[in-house]
Amino acid sequence: MSTYTATVTVRLKGGVLDPEAETTKGALQRLGFELSALRAADQYELDLEADSADEATERAEEMAERLLANPTIHDYEVSVAEAANAK
Amino acid sequence: MTVAVIQFGGSNCDRDAVRALDYLGVDAERIWHEDGLPEDTTGIMLPGGFSYGDYLRAGAMAARSPIMDEVRAATDDGTPVLGVCNGAQVGSESRLTAGAFTTNKSARFQCEHVHLRVENADTPWTEAFDEGDIIEIPIAHGEGRFEITDERYEDLEQNDQILFRYCDEDGNLTEEANPNGSTHNVAGILGKTDSVAVLMPHPERSTLPDIGGTDGQGILAGFQS
Repeated sequence: MSTYTATVTVRLKGGVLDPEAETTKGALQRLGFELSALRAADQYELDLEADSADEATERAEEMAERLLANPTIHDYEVSVAEAANAK
Repeated sequence: MTVAVIQFGGSNCDRDAVRALDYLGVDAERIWHEDGLPEDTTGIMLPGGFSYGDYLRAGAMAARSPIMDEVRAATDDGTPVLGVCNGAQVGSESRLTAGAFTTNKSARFQCEHVHLRVENADTPWTEAFDEGDIIEIPIAHGEGRFEITDERYEDLEQNDQILFRYCDEDGNLTEEANPNGSTHNVAGILGKTDSVAVLMPHPERSTLPDIGGTDGQGILAGFQS
């Protein structure tokens, strides 16, 4: 068993309006910054014990499917690394 | 006949719901979610509020609480279930109904009276109305924008699962009359069967005559049939 850190990034699917991101973009523009788009995402870092990186990935994907993301509006990505300093 | 109004930590429309149902002569009681559904439950209401502080997504936490397994089992037996506002978010997060309710287009919390057009009057929740009727009911939400994939939306339309759409006072489905940017102005839908329904507007806030309109009575009457 090793300790892995799985990073789950949850973002809205392309085409789904993100009013908070639009508001944030507008605020940046009011501050004088130039940008054409702003996309926001939620990121979760999960420390877990697993036999392999594949197993850690699989478990993190299941967590995303069951709770962290809502498949109707979200896409998600999982990346896994062996934890250097997992607490 | 007892309607269980399920109270999660952060629910805040549970008392209003019980009062409104009492007024209509429907026996109702608040049930703390950890206590489970009483044996004599003949209807279930998921009330409005901010269950679990809207952590993660509105309704996401409550939708995964153990009592929702009981609710799901009850729907299989045809027990009527109505989700209102946060209860609608819980209903969609728990897959009792299709789609998702997410951040209003305005990115603001909106508390106002809206008009709804009755799209399907052949359900327990809309029997009191005729198709095309325009009713007035308040909303109070920050995450009420109905989102759904095109494919699932077509299913909803074809199966006549759309209950209400936001409209203007003449029944027109305009963008201005759509308070939160919901897909095709959808305000409320049915689940797999017509005994399960969710909607963002608050029928319990327009039931008691002393506090204004009474158009919500017809919706809550779904628990009488």
